Amino acid sequence: MRRYLARRLLLLVPVLAGVSVIIFMVLHLSPGDPAEIMLGSQATREDLARLRADLGLNEPLHVQYLKWVGHVVRGDLGRSLWMKRPVLGEVLTRLQATLLLTATALVLSSAAGVALGVAAATRPNSVLDRLSAVASLFGASMPSFWLGIVLMVVFALWLGWLPASGMYAPHGGGDLRDLLSHLILPAVTLAAASVTIVARLTRSAMLETLGQDYVRTARAKGVSDRAVVLRHGLSNALVPIVTVIGVQAGYLLGGAVLTETVFAWPGVGTLMVQGILARDFPLVQGCVLVVALSFVLVNLAVDLLYAWLDPRIRYV
Amino acid sequence: MSDAGVGAAPATALRAADAARRRRAFGRLATRNRLAVLAALVLVAAVLAALLAPWLPLADPDVVDTPNRLRPPLAAGHALGTDEFGRDLLARLVWGARVSLTAGVASAAAAMLVGVTLGVLGGFYTGWVETVVMRLTDILMAFPYVLLAIAIVAGLGPGLRNAMVAIAIVGFPIYTRLVRGVVLSLREREFVEAARALGASDAVILRRHVLPHLLSPVIVAFSLDVGAKILATAGLSFLGLGTQPPTADWGSMLATGRTFVILSPHVVLLPGLAIFVIVLALNLVGDAVRDLLDPRAAAR
Repeated sequence: MRRYLARRLLLLVPVLAGVSVIIFMVLHLSPGDPAEIMLGSQATREDLARLRADLGLNEPLHVQYLKWVGHVVRGDLGRSLWMKRPVLGEVLTRLQATLLLTATALVLSSAAGVALGVAAATRPNSVLDRLSAVASLFGASMPSFWLGIVLMVVFALWLGWLPASGMYAPHGGGDLRDLLSHLILPAVTLAAASVTIVARLTRSAMLETLGQDYVRTARAKGVSDRAVVLRHGLSNALVPIVTVIGVQAGYLLGGAVLTETVFAWPGVGTLMVQGILARDFPLVQGCVLVVALSFVLVNLAVDLLYAWLDPRIRYV
Repeated sequence: MSDAGVGAAPATALRAADAARRRRAFGRLATRNRLAVLAALVLVAAVLAALLAPWLPLADPDVVDTPNRLRPPLAAGHALGTDEFGRDLLARLVWGARVSLTAGVASAAAAMLVGVTLGVLGGFYTGWVETVVMRLTDILMAFPYVLLAIAIVAGLGPGLRNAMVAIAIVGFPIYTRLVRGVVLSLREREFVEAARALGASDAVILRRHVLPHLLSPVIVAFSLDVGAKILATAGLSFLGLGTQPPTADWGSMLATGRTFVILSPHVVLLPGLAIFVIVLALNLVGDAVRDLLDPRAAAR
């Protein structure tokens, strides 16, 4: 396992290098002068010159890239032009909110998805199975931001059961209960599409393992239905299920941007959109970098989880 | 009667039986997939409405009429009501369909063209071409999909065209992976080897022996992808990074209507419903296309 871990960590290096090149290039994709784009048409020549010098825009591209990477490695993501603060601190504060939202959505979608999938697989073509097929089609077709607004209208504005937006109540809030009540709607919105994907995949993986000879043998031995489904079925279907949950973790991290915007959740997503509209490139780069890094780490965690679940993978 | 003549009759009969079998299979699919037929009709209607928008008896989608703002559906003269500037919602939805449908189809098509080209190159040529192509797709796939699209729009600047470019860039690696897998397995097949032994050039092998085999998996992927791309462009527009006012697509209509959701939910519900119905129809048709072209996937 230790060798496998070392190999996987080594493989991270080229991926991270590529990710950093792409994020760096984003700033330089713009057809015009980045300094002019950031400061707008009202900027004086001195302002432009100062910003160019600050960001090192006068140097050749590869020098700029190497300098930028050098700073990033030391934890210096630059200063936000709009907030006039170092980017790193701001992004890390916001990252906590994003991770909380994403993790909650992931737990919701995994738990509900696996439960639904197992139920559908044990009773193929039942009403539940058909319903989950319809739900998965709906989940793949529904814009998440729209679902969020609909949920907000129904549960916050009409029924008044839950708060409509933000992370804490502006007055008198701040405790765990307050946080949880604010978390429910965005987490459900974000999880909705994933639940159906996890459920469909769990169903097909379960159907496959439940059709195996060892399952028939277990049934013939008189093992209870529950034990057959959980111990012989689910535990052997886990690898594909974990794969799809890992993929979902990435989708959720990206999809969080839209959900955060709908519910004014103070995460990296809202910060990034504000940064883009304010043309604050260092801030945008910082946000993308931190989220991409989290995504890469999540993928690594999923890969390690496989190796732990299925020892055969370690020796490939 | 020659030998060939003797063999021809049964061969024709076989072909006829084959055609009949295929027709029956198609008929079975059509009846089993009544939903897909309905979905196809919805799509045809939407495309026709979008194409014919200038000639339909609709109000001008951009004419502001503030006294009549936020009228509910079925108000006099406004079948679906009006938005926050008193603009006719039905007209804006139909004109918005032009933008949303074009954006979805164009970005999916661009992603497909780039992805298939790179996939063919990466699968057919080993060595540095393969390495470059596959590492590029690995790195692009190391980003969350939406996040990378947003980052690219940030660099290019907000706007519909840039949003479409971003979505196409983010979307092509899926096609590359798919196509490369197919090409890799084709490369080792006897008929390719035979063509090479007969002295066929790479271009001929690709055109005559490889591309025809790619058609059906790529069509299946594309038909399921258009809906996803419509969702993605609508998402970028919703964030203010796609279509810029006064032009509207369904995503930006949703975004501006959001402020008035308490007073007039229809301003938000209708564009969202339009996206949902169209993408649902695309997915149903896509599933049917897959069942038709890839029966093994359908059985799963």
